[in-house]
Amino acid sequence: MLARRNDLPHLARRMTPRPADFAQDDRTLRFTGAWTLAQLGDVPARLEHIDDTPEIIDLSGVERMDTVGAWLVHRLQRDHDIRIEGADDKAEDLIGKVGQVDRPFQIQPDEPPSFQRVLGRIGKSTVRSGHTVVGLLAFFGETLIAVWQVILNPKRFRGNAVIRQFEVVGLDALAIVGLMSFLIGIVIAQQGAIQLRQFGAEVYTINLVGRLTFRELGVLMTAIMVAGRSGSAFAAQIGSMRLAEEVDAMRTIGLSPMESLVLPRVVAAILMMPVLAFYAAMMALIGGGLFSWFALHLPPVTFVARIREVVPLTDVYQGLIKAPVFGLIISMAGCFQGMQVEGNAEAVGLRTTAAVVQSIFLVIVLDAFFAVFFASIGWI
Amino acid sequence: MVALRTAQATQDETDDIVIRVHDLTNRFGEQVVHDHLDLEVRRGEILGVVGGSGTGKSVLMRSIIGLQEPASGEIDVFGESMGDRNEAQAKDVRRRWGVLFQNGALFSTLTVAENVQVPLREYYPKLDQMLLDEIASYKIVATGLPAESSSKFPSELSGGMRKRAGLARALAIDPELLFLDEPTAGLDPIGAEAFDALIKGLRDLLGLTVFLITHDLDTLHAICDRVAVLADKHVVAVGTIDELLALDHPWIQEYFNGPRGRAAAQSKERSAIADDQRRADMVAVDRDTTANETAGTERAAQQQDGGRTD
Repeated sequence: MLARRNDLPHLARRMTPRPADFAQDDRTLRFTGAWTLAQLGDVPARLEHIDDTPEIIDLSGVERMDTVGAWLVHRLQRDHDIRIEGADDKAEDLIGKVGQVDRPFQIQPDEPPSFQRVLGRIGKSTVRSGHTVVGLLAFFGETLIAVWQVILNPKRFRGNAVIRQFEVVGLDALAIVGLMSFLIGIVIAQQGAIQLRQFGAEVYTINLVGRLTFRELGVLMTAIMVAGRSGSAFAAQIGSMRLAEEVDAMRTIGLSPMESLVLPRVVAAILMMPVLAFYAAMMALIGGGLFSWFALHLPPVTFVARIREVVPLTDVYQGLIKAPVFGLIISMAGCFQGMQVEGNAEAVGLRTTAAVVQSIFLVIVLDAFFAVFFASIGWI
Repeated sequence: MVALRTAQATQDETDDIVIRVHDLTNRFGEQVVHDHLDLEVRRGEILGVVGGSGTGKSVLMRSIIGLQEPASGEIDVFGESMGDRNEAQAKDVRRRWGVLFQNGALFSTLTVAENVQVPLREYYPKLDQMLLDEIASYKIVATGLPAESSSKFPSELSGGMRKRAGLARALAIDPELLFLDEPTAGLDPIGAEAFDALIKGLRDLLGLTVFLITHDLDTLHAICDRVAVLADKHVVAVGTIDELLALDHPWIQEYFNGPRGRAAAQSKERSAIADDQRRADMVAVDRDTTANETAGTERAAQQQDGGRTD
């Protein structure tokens, strides 16, 4: 193929430009070859090290020139006050044009010294946290107002949307929440059995599984899963609707985004969380029970009888009281972050992450408060 | 087959055909976008590509630059087939073209200047940092952005500025071939006109070949040498706007002869007339001044002088 090309001399010239080069001859720099980016090679580096300043650049040997070649000529001319000779019209034009756009520049934005920067970041994130807390409170207030509006005017309640969210938040989560809880039941039973065996008290494994799942783990693990599944989805859905100006469009049509977007999700999360949490606790019991049966040889009958003995009903209440609160927090954080999206698609990602982190954090903080509270009212 | 294709490639170089699309078919699932489409782009021309929404203008561009695997067909760029190339060969072709995507497609974690430097670093790793910075800077200024925007991040720029920054990146390696996907969409008329002038200027100065997808009738009239019309899944016609107008294709007639098309054509005529008028005015002013300064008897001779100096 190459041989074929070389048969055509005029083509060969175009196809294989000579590399750019220069030679210094007394006070004259003679440039030759194609002064294009592809053919420059080490010429820019060599140009830096020319010994004595030339007075004339002779461009008559240059076959072709692009803006980078023209820039090199312009730079020499600018820095050393050199005359240019032998340039054809095009080259002259190009060098002139490149010269016109020569400005002082800066590649990176200014950065303050690192100590100042660290302080600045601490300050900024403090202010931002403050804003988030205030924003969340305001958002909670707006949601309450929306609830009140719907109570005054029940026709505005979006039943269909709520039922759709039931499906997304509750039904679709059954498989993953069930599997997760089942495995956690097995893990608790197994770890508990290893420790309790040392005292010959393997049978207390059942106490451990029963109390832990109903009080804490069932609802906590479900909350974490729902935050990851639904809280993030709320933020991403509402966030992308904000970007597409759908939320603004709703407002102009007279639809309240609080009523049509936020409320159905919050209601669904509040109602679905207890169901999921109870289901999760049951699945964990099944996991723990199966493990006890096969590994500890405690038959299911014994397991169920003992569960009924050792798990007080207040444990179940605790889980069922905490679950809707967690649901509220997760859905509020998700919708709030979604409504905060502004600017570009990157913000959707950031806000989604923030929604999950905030809701899990708040869930765990509140869980600690609940633990202290229930203990102090005697639900031990 | 290979021998035949080589002969074809050599023929392309002599004919100065930069892009040859032959018998291209693209489909997404059941939906056929291009059905045996043919197109040629000549060296040094600005080819406008027009077509209704969803006629596959962007898909055609993506096929040519290798982002979309065609269902069948041949695409030659710079006389070499794009189909059966390994990574190194593909890179050799890619370093000869620049692409401006619809929304600029700037890398969001890099400043504008760093964005422009990305292709330079990738293809010419030996360039020293100082030269890289200088090249980025003059390219950015040349596309009409203020010099301060070099150190800004894409998120700090407006849509039009982002487009200019995207153009600066597309031009970073001084490509021979430039792909522009709706460069003037979303720009204000002044910005769009400046963009047109910039592209035309670059073509005249550097001999660029430009593949330009646009809906902007003013751009078509102002800078395009030829226009390719995409309709019914292939290129129905290629030619100058006057040639296209002579055709009896309903879509073409509606496109160029609709109210907007006529307005664009008229504004082009008007600006041409205005230019002529301005030139004539200048001659007249010249004549008047000379006439006032000199004696009436020599008037005729002076008039001729005035005409010449213009």
